[in-house]
Formats: sequence, structure tokens, C-alpha cells
Amino acid sequence: MTKKLLLPVLMTFALLLQASVAQSVTISVSQFVEHPALDAILQGFQDYLKEKGIDVKYNVHNAQANMGTAMQIAQQMVGEKPDLLVAITTVSAQTCAQALSKAPAYLKRPLLFSGVTDPVAAGLVKNLQKPTGGITGVADLLPVREHLKMVLQYYPGIKTLGLLYNAGEINSKATIASVRALAPEMGLKIVEATASKTADVYQAALSLVGRVDAVFIPTDNTIISALESVLKVGVQNKLPIFAADIDSVKRGAVAAMGFDYYKHGYQTGALAEKIINGMAPEDIPVEFQKDLQLYINANYSKQMGLTPPDALLKQATQVYQ
Amino acid sequence: MTLYAALGAVEQGLVYGIMVIGVYLTFRILDFPDLTVDGSLPLGAAISAVAITSGIDPYLSLLLAACGGFAAGMVTAFLNTKFKILHLLASILTMIALYSINIRIMSGPNVALLGVDTVFDSVINLGVPAHYAGLVVFGGLAACVLIFIIWFLSTEIGQAILATGDNPQMIRSLGVNTDVIIIMGVGLSNALVALSGALVAQNQGAADVGMGIGTIVAGLASVIIGETVFGCTTMARAFIAALLGSIVYRLAIALALGLELGGFRFNPSDLNLITALLVITALITPNLKKRFIKR
Repeated sequence: MTKKLLLPVLMTFALLLQASVAQSVTISVSQFVEHPALDAILQGFQDYLKEKGIDVKYNVHNAQANMGTAMQIAQQMVGEKPDLLVAITTVSAQTCAQALSKAPAYLKRPLLFSGVTDPVAAGLVKNLQKPTGGITGVADLLPVREHLKMVLQYYPGIKTLGLLYNAGEINSKATIASVRALAPEMGLKIVEATASKTADVYQAALSLVGRVDAVFIPTDNTIISALESVLKVGVQNKLPIFAADIDSVKRGAVAAMGFDYYKHGYQTGALAEKIINGMAPEDIPVEFQKDLQLYINANYSKQMGLTPPDALLKQATQVYQ
Repeated sequence: MTLYAALGAVEQGLVYGIMVIGVYLTFRILDFPDLTVDGSLPLGAAISAVAITSGIDPYLSLLLAACGGFAAGMVTAFLNTKFKILHLLASILTMIALYSINIRIMSGPNVALLGVDTVFDSVINLGVPAHYAGLVVFGGLAACVLIFIIWFLSTEIGQAILATGDNPQMIRSLGVNTDVIIIMGVGLSNALVALSGALVAQNQGAADVGMGIGTIVAGLASVIIGETVFGCTTMARAFIAALLGSIVYRLAIALALGLELGGFRFNPSDLNLITALLVITALITPNLKKRFIKR
């Protein structure tokens, strides 16, 4: 019996071994935590390279939201000697950059970041046009002005906008600062609520009920991880919830004028292609997300007491009924 | 597991090992389950990062971080001894308060230390390759901390700490104020945790307010792995075992990260499960060995 099994098992191993020899490019990926937007970045990235017919072997690592693990992942990735390192989110990018800076010369590889809001504040690059140290990538600085305009158009009577975010996330800090700065000229009053972990999100959302006309959620990992609890508050209290990323609209946010993180990853994939083809990271300026799209969830919008305006429905890339 | 990842794991084990020594002090010696560490680790990181970016010497920033940690531990112990708040709750209160305080200290959730002079640069300048600098610094500091703590516990105050953990009534009857001893002990423990946090931040290139999450889990796991695998018959051995336990814990994570069984690859999301299974294996192996030797 065992002998009968042995041959096919050995053959499978031989085939796998062969398959791994035939692969041409190795890419190691560090992702900080699992949630739909970050997963979409990775998917977009992988799909772009697949479409271009580039044969890639991936080593994907996920720190499951633990910073100590993120550092170990960075060291693991350097040791894997891939052709390219990809880091999704600020913390993953910082740990990878640090591990690379300490690595001996023969282990140094280019690093691409994705899903980082402010690469300069994060210390990844000094100059967006001329990145140094073999690090470049795609940043997701939110187009706050366009977004607030959309909210005003969607909800003409709005006076007070609630912001729900984790004050402990550097990604949110930049967005919240620009919302605060822009709100007065748009005639909006701002009320803020913060949650430091996913378990606190529901309570933070409840604290905004009755004090605001609508709620805006930036690209905040903590809030988005617990988005359903915010949506529940929105539906029960007829409080419209706006998001900054379109994956959240699919899950039930009213609308977002924002990023398709799938495209964000896709754009990162294009940079990876350039590096694979021999371009130096120093010659690739940091890119920002190119096209913005309007996504509307008509079903949840009505449940939260807002009928989507026809003008916006026509403009929308995607409407969920 | 690649050699480079193994080196990284030992490095992480040593730097978090300083935290584990602190946890051992409260958890085992003082019998004081202390969750402050989830807040005092990023506190040390925050103080050190802000100090370095405002031009203070990286080594001096370690001292400042340790002082900050000492203060945080004192607050927990003070709430416990003077206001009779249960030790677990007192430490949770300090921990959650530190979350906001850390953001205040850094004026934001994250301070980047990429490209800034850290404790490693002085070692690199001596001619040590950059990828060994972490090992050298952490190994040296962990050894210093071990020697210090073993010496400290042999002093009169140290003996009082030991006695307070063992039998508080007895030591009180000898006229020692156990409240002061507990405040000192928990303070010292958190000073070590904050020192560890400061080094972690300098090592990973950023201090982040979220970096404390799961510290106590890693700390307790390392303490128990150390005790089970390396034994704790004497005080010195117990502390060395705690440090080694931390290295084993990090090696388990590194092993889980690089694990591949033939063509089968685990999902990245399986990481925590695999780590848990590896730690379970490390814990039951000595037990099994004993059983087989007996027969």
C-alpha cells in the first residue's frame, strides 16, 4: 500500500520542484492586516502582472496586525532573496525599509510600497519626485475636496459632519487634518469620534447619533475592519455613512468618491513591471492614485434615509441596488 | 526558515527578551499580573523616538524611555496599593490611558526613525556589519539587564521584593512597607519593558502607537516557554530561561512564516495558528521526553 502511494507522491514532488524552477520572478509581499481594501490591493497587483504574462512566484506574509511580527516578516522577506519586495500599508513599508537598510549589500532589493497615505511623513522617501534608497510606490492620499463636494451634493441640507476614525493610525491623521482644514469653507461643522480598536467602533459610532447629519469614515484600518457595526448604527438611526474607499460602499456605505483599492494595487503592479524590466526605483517617482470613481449603494442609502440624487447616479461608476 | 530570518528572530527574541525579563519580575517574582506593558512598551518607543528626532543622543533616549516606563509602572502599583484597585484593573487603566498619552507624546500615532542615527550606528561605526548590529546591541544590553536584575535581587531591596512576592504577611511583620516594595518592583519591570520598546522602535524604523498590542501575550508565552523548556530551579536560571523563552517564541514565528510542506503552502492568514501549534510542540516536548525516559 505504502509503495503504491510512494510513486505518485514522489512524482507530484518532482512536478512541483520543476514548476518552481521554471518561475522567473519572485516577489515577497508584506501586508499588515487582513481587510477587504488591503486584500484588493494585493489582488489588483497580482492581476496586473498576470495580465502582462509575467510569471511570478509570490511569498505573501500577513502580520495579523502585530507590529513585532511585521518586523520579523520584513527580515524573513529580506532572507527570501526575492527580486522585489512589496509592502502594503505604512507600518509594513517602514519595517521593510528598515530591514533593507540594515541588510548586507548582496541582500538589498528594491521595495515598492502601496496603500501608504503620506510616504514623506512615514520617512520612506524624502522627495516624491526623486525617491532614494531603492524605495518607491503608490500613495493613497485622499482627494478630500472632491469627496466633501460629493457629500454636499448628495446631502444638500447637511450642516454637521461626523468623523469616525482611530487616532492611533497615521493613515487617518493626514486625511482628518485636511477635512478639518477644508470644512469651514464648505460650510460644514465637524464632530469627531475615535475608537482605538475594532471592539470600540460600535460605541464610537453610537456617540455620534443625534449630534451629526452624516458620518464620514477615512481609509482607517480599524474602522473599516468593523464597518458593519457602524452601518448598523446608520440604518437604525437613519444616519448616512459615507466612506472614502469603494470597497466599503459594496459593504453598505452610502457612497464614496474614492479609491478603488483594486486599481491602486493594479497601478502598483505597473511599477513592479517597470522594476522587473530593469528600471531603477530611483527613476520612478512616487505615484498617487490616478482615477477617482463614484460608487453609490442605493439600497443602504435609502435605509439610512437618503435618496440618491439623479445627477450623481448618472455620474456613478457603480450603483449597488 | 532562511538563515537571515533566523538571525532576525534571535535579534527580535533578544530585544523583546528585555521586556520578558520585566514581565517575569511582576508575573512570577511579585505575583502581580501586570497588563501595563501593552502601554509601557510603546511609551518607551514614543519617548525614545521623540527624543532622537529632537536631537538627543540615542543612548540617552533609552534612559529617558526607561524612566518613563518606571513612572508608568509606579502609577499602576500606586493605584493598586494605595487605592486598593485590583492589580489587573489598575494595570488595564494605566494601559488604556497610555494609549492617549503616547499619541500626545508623539503628536500623532507614528514617528518615523528611518535614516536617523540610532544606537546601531555607533556599533556599525566600530566596523560591525549592519545586519549584525542588532544582535550585538541587543545581546549586549540583554546580558547587562540580566546581570543587573540578578545582582539587584540579591541586594537587601531585591530580597524584600522576593519576600513580598512569596509571603507579604511575613515581610510586613518584619516591618517592611510592602506598598513601597511593590511600587518599586512594578516600576522596575515597566522600566525594562519601556527600554525594550525604545530598542524595538529604533530597530524597526518607527515608533507606532499600535506596537504594544499583544505585548503581554508574547511576554507571558515567552516566560512559560522558558520555564518549561529551560527550567527555573534557581533565580539566575529562571531569568536566563525567560530570555531564552523569548528567543524560542520568535523562532516559532519565523518558522511559521517560512513553513512550506513540499508543494503545500499555508495561507498567510494561518500564521497565528501555526505559531500557536509550534509553541504547543515546544511546551509538551520536555514533558513527553520525561514520560518516555521513565518507562
